[in-house]
Formats: sequence, structure tokens, C-alpha cells
Amino acid sequence: MTESTAARKPRRSAGSKAAGTTGTKAETTGKRTARTTRTTRTAAQKGSETELVQLLTPEGERVEPAKNSPYAEYASFVADITPDELRGLYRDMVLTRRFDAEATALQRQGELGLWASLLGQEAAQIGSGRATREDDYVFPTYREHGVAWCRGVDPTNLLGMFRGVNNGGWDPNGNNFHLYTIVIGSQALHATGYAMGITKDGADSAVIAYFGDGASSQGDVSEAFNFAAVYNAPVVFFCQNNQWAISESNEKQTRVPLYQRAQGFGFPGVRVDGNDALACLAVTRWALERARRGEGPALIEAYTYRMGAHTTSDDPSRYRHDDERAAWEAKDPILRLRRFLEAANHADEGFFGELEAESEALGKRVREVVRAMPDPDRFAIFENVYADGHALVDEERAQFAAYQASFAEAEGV
Amino acid sequence: MAAEKMALAKAINESLRRALDSDPKVLIMGEDVGKLGGVFRVTDGLQKDFGEDRVIDTPLAESGIVGTAIGLALRGYRPVVEIQFDGFVFPAYDQIVTQLAKMHARSLGKVKMPIVIRIPYGGGIGAVEHHSESPEALFAHVAGLKVVSPSNSADAYWMMQQAIQSDDPVIYFEPKRRYWDKAEVNREAIPGPLHTARVVREGGDLTLAAYGPMVKLCQEVADAAAEEGRSLEVVDLRSISPVDFDTIQASVEKTRRLVVVHEAPVFLGSGAEIAARITERCFYHLEAPVLRVGGYHAPYPPARLEEEYLPDLDRVLDAVDRSLAY
Ligand SMILES: Cc1ncc(C[n+]2csc(CCOP(=O)(O)OP(=O)(O)O)c2C)c(N)n1
Repeated sequence: MTESTAARKPRRSAGSKAAGTTGTKAETTGKRTARTTRTTRTAAQKGSETELVQLLTPEGERVEPAKNSPYAEYASFVADITPDELRGLYRDMVLTRRFDAEATALQRQGELGLWASLLGQEAAQIGSGRATREDDYVFPTYREHGVAWCRGVDPTNLLGMFRGVNNGGWDPNGNNFHLYTIVIGSQALHATGYAMGITKDGADSAVIAYFGDGASSQGDVSEAFNFAAVYNAPVVFFCQNNQWAISESNEKQTRVPLYQRAQGFGFPGVRVDGNDALACLAVTRWALERARRGEGPALIEAYTYRMGAHTTSDDPSRYRHDDERAAWEAKDPILRLRRFLEAANHADEGFFGELEAESEALGKRVREVVRAMPDPDRFAIFENVYADGHALVDEERAQFAAYQASFAEAEGV
Repeated sequence: MAAEKMALAKAINESLRRALDSDPKVLIMGEDVGKLGGVFRVTDGLQKDFGEDRVIDTPLAESGIVGTAIGLALRGYRPVVEIQFDGFVFPAYDQIVTQLAKMHARSLGKVKMPIVIRIPYGGGIGAVEHHSESPEALFAHVAGLKVVSPSNSADAYWMMQQAIQSDDPVIYFEPKRRYWDKAEVNREAIPGPLHTARVVREGGDLTLAAYGPMVKLCQEVADAAAEEGRSLEVVDLRSISPVDFDTIQASVEKTRRLVVVHEAPVFLGSGAEIAARITERCFYHLEAPVLRVGGYHAPYPPARLEEEYLPDLDRVLDAVDRSLAY
């Protein structure tokens, strides 16, 4: 890491060294200190120290950054997390994974036209999602099923667009969770505009915008960074770097680690272990709180991995090796939290057993609701095209109605 | 003091001022709209009076302007954004077409997008590339957008009020070459609906339909034709989506001939749509095919050639002659 990343130094960590510590090897005994992990996976990251904020190792051991570490500040945001909250994070991740698996199965059974799985990204989504406050507003892309879960959106609502019965389908203001956005990166601007509105209203809530590593190449994302910085908008940009944009790796998107982009726009960027729910929660709380305090935007790059295919239409075997997935499976976000919960005696067999039953019930409910989802009324084509109506839509609806009626007449109904 | 003579640009300015005054949720956004008052001074003085928080100078990023306006609308604001010139709307075209136009439908009606996108458009001012185009058909083709263009100060004033009050996104094309034309504006007169056409000159021999900058030309054509003893009716469409076909139809049923005039290229332009629909509606009334006069299927030419490209008095009169010759 270079001196230039000082911009992402937490505000309250006065007196701490400028971000500059290199990763230390995980110790096997005693209290861990300043655990940071170096990765040198792609050309885009070569030549720069790329450190992750990590609070739980893949083995499930809790690490406390040393007091003078630039990461101590983030850790302080989960310092007093309760066993109950930790179990909650675990539960969220398990149920989200179960929901996701059910949706994938439903696609295979022909009940959904397409599904974009979040497998592997549960920690990034649950950790960040749980950091949001009820009055915050979330702008997702199309894979944020875990964040939707945290916002209280009924997961079956997410399936309408994948089943083809609508193009969104939920009330964004119901849970302050905007519609999924398919056009890559567009929502980063909507999030920024919404955040500008919060500032105008004198409110103290914040916005979080999700997007992928591929999206970081889109102009809209850069424009959003700039608008957010210029207007000091309370928006947190949460990039889930799951290593792939369909078949394109990070190397095809960027020459610099993504979190470092923030610096050029004038706000802090931080890379967090995206498979560590605790670290994601901590870093997102940090970013949201500073946004709410009026300190402007931040970029979080959650370094993670999409364990499944891009969508059910994708064939990852054409562009990546199984051993890559295997390496990431060893860092499974759910397993790591389970190991920690068990080692710390925060959860017993009863908890895991009940959760298992709850998962099955969720799967069953999702299956039933999806299968029962009716096709939309054919006149839905003409509904809500305009808020105030439009003469052409009225005319064409009438033509459509006459055409439909002609069948009934032909059948002598 | 009900009626007052003012230039079209001033009428828009006054209308924006009124909107800012009466609704704290209305915002003006765009490049140079603040201190400078816009490159055409349409927003002149508004930032001074309403502050940088209401009249917002933005970064030079059209997608950003429209994209953040969408976010502001989601938060309950009513942004009026300025695109500096017609040719510069395309970086924002994605946001307009894929996001703005569809948000209401995608949310099953839960979300409204009361955004006005002001675009000074059209040629005739001797500008450089990308400053003289008429891309209205590209927007009118998209369901979810409404597209209007005033032709005179009074309409400019009232149509802006109505566009801002609309819960739908409205693309408001401003005929830049008419910015300096003065006409009466009555700030109290209750206007007709935003999407109605108006017969601005009555006649019996042929209907000229136009909008925006071409309405004045068509009135001049009608004057010239009158000297030749021909009585032309001129319909100002005012709205390009939806089109008020009923008003055109009524006129054509009377005159039995229609010539549509616009600056945009004729091919797949709004004139094509009007010709097709009016042919369907008025087939037995028509004495001649509906004719169109407009731009060529060529890039908008350099300024020294724009008089060749743009419909002018003679080209429209030729079309009138051709129609009457059937
Ligand atoms: C503007 C645009 N271009 C292309 C696509 C097709 N597409 C869908 S997802 C995707 C990859 C996105 O990758 P990334 O941003 O990393 O997100 P991820 O799917 O990995 O979460 C592409 C190219 C699109 N949806 N939008």
C-alpha cells in the first residue's frame, strides 16, 4: 500500500500510522494482530499492496487489528457485537443461500427464465446489508438477494422479474430498497441523486449503491463517484469484486485495485474481505456513519468470489478453472462464521438444527409461491406506462381489447 | 398586467421562476445554468434568487445529470434538467431510455418520475456540429416519455408549467432559433391541456402541420400562399408524444390535404407517423397523399449549408403545390 491510500484512513484514527502496514502472517496461537491479507491474483493488482480488512479468518478465528493499525477503526464498529447479532448474521447468510439454491433449482425446473445466483457473496451482502438503518436507501444491481433479505423484502418478490411476470414488481419505497437494475452501473447515479436529496432535506440517513467489478468500467459509475464527491453526498459505493464480469476477469476492467479509484475522486476507499461478514459489517457501518455525519461518500471494495455461474445461462467452465473455485470454497463465508460461533460457544446444536428446519421451510414456501405466481393480466402491457395517461396508449389498449374480444366472438362466447 | 410581451427564452425563464417559487421541490440542474444563466440565458438570474441548492451547476456529465435527477425524483424532488444542446443529449440517452422512461412501469406504478429534460434544439443559428439537430423522434419512439415543443412565448411559458406539474418525464424541446422571438404571454390565462394541438391559422385548401421552430415558417408559407389565392390552415402540434391526431384529423377532413413540416430528417421522423395515421383515419377524405418536408438523411451540414438542408418557404410551398396538383 502506498502513502496515497491515506485518504481511506479512518477519520477517528488520529495518531495511527498512515496506512502502510504490510500483511502479517497469521499466527496460530495467542491473540492475533493486524491481520491483513495480501493477494497477487491479477495483473491489475500487481505492483501494489492490496490489503483486506479482515476480522475473521477463513478458519473462523477472530482477529483484532493492533491499536495502531489503520484497521483498528473499522474493528471498533463491531467491538461490542453480541452473540445474538453474530448468530443473526449467520442465520441471514444460511437462509439467503438456501433461498438462492431454491431459485437456482426452480430455474432448472423451468419455473424461472433466469437466475443470478449470489452463491459465495453472502457475507458481503449480509454484512453490508445489516449495516444499513431503516431510513437508509439501498440501490441494488440484480444479484443483491441477501441485501434485499436484510431490508425485509419478501424474497419471493425478487422472483417475479426472473419468472417474467414483471420487470421489477416491488414498491421501492416499501423497504427503501430500489428495483433491481439490469443496465450495468446505472443505479450508482440514482443512488447519488437520492443521496443529494437527503442532504437537501437535511436528513441524516445515507444511501448504499451496489455494483460489480465489471460495472466499475462503466462511465455512469465514474460519473456517480464524481457527483457524489462534488456534492459531498451521503452515499456508500459498495463494489462486490467477485472477480468476474461474466467471463471477463479484473484484468479486463482495471489497471489499479478498484478501491484505490476513490482517491482520485476525493473520498476514501477501502478493500474488505468480502467473505468475512463481520469485516463487511464493520467497514460498512464505518462508511455509512461517516456519510450520515455529513462526511461524504466512501467506496468499499468487497473482495469476494462468485462461486456459481454468472447466471443460469452462463458456463464458467469455458473461462475459469475448477481449482480457482476450490481455493475460494476454502474461504466460504458461511463456514467461517460457523467455525467461529462454534469455537466461541455462541451457538449450539439446537440453534443449527432449528436453522436447518427454518431453511427447509423457506425453500418450500418459495417453491410454492413461485409455482402459484399467476401470469400477469394481458392488459398489464398498457398499465403504468405513464402516470398521467397517454392518448396513444389508450388507443392501442382499445385496439388490443377489440382484437382480444374478436376471439371470444369467433368462439361464440 | 395580465398580458406581457416577452421573448420565448424569457418566457421559459419566467415559467421556471414561477415553478421554483411555488414548489420547493422543483430544482434546476445542468451545465452552466447557475452563474451564467445557461448558454442561452434561459435560467438567467435564477440561481441568484433561489440559491445554489435549487439551481445547481453540475459536472459536465449528461448521464450524471439525468441519472442523479432520477435519484432526486425518487426522493420526492421535481428536477428540471438542462441539456446544453441537442447533440449532447446522447451520453444521457441511456439513462433516459432505459431508466427514466421505464421506472413507473417497472415499479407497477409505485414510483413517479416528474422530471423535465429541457433541450434547446434545431438549426438556423449558424452553429458548429452537434448544435443544430432535431432528435425528437428518437425520444417520441420510447414509451414512457412525453415529448413536447412550444412554438411561441405563451406556449413556452404554460407548457413548461404543465411539464413540471406532470408526474411523467417530459422531454421539452426548445426551438433555439425562436428564443429571441417576442410574443404576448398571459400569466393568468388558463391554458388548454399540454398535449393538445392548436389550429393557429384557419384555411380551407390544405393543412400544414408543424411544431416548434417550423410553426412560424408555416405561418409565413400560409401568408405567401394567400397572395396566390390559396387558403392554408396551420396546425401547431405542440406535443410530439402523444400527438393530438384528433385535431389534425378534423383539419384534414375539412381541407383534404396535409403537409407535415419538421426540421428533423424525414425518414422515420414524426412526419412519417403522422402521415401513416392520418392516412388510416382520413383515407376517404384525402385528395392527395400526405407529404412531408424536412431534413435529409445526412448529418446536419456545416452552417454554410444549413439553409439548403432546412425546410424553407420555397420547399414548403413546393410541397403545397404538389399536394394541390393531385
Ligand atoms: C450496460 C450493460 N452492458 C452489458 C450488460 C450484460 N451484462 C450483464 S451482467 C454483466 C457482467 C457484470 O459484471 P459485474 O459488474 O462484475 O457484476 P457481477 O455480475 O459479477 O455481479 C454483463 C456484461 C448489461 N446488463 N448492461
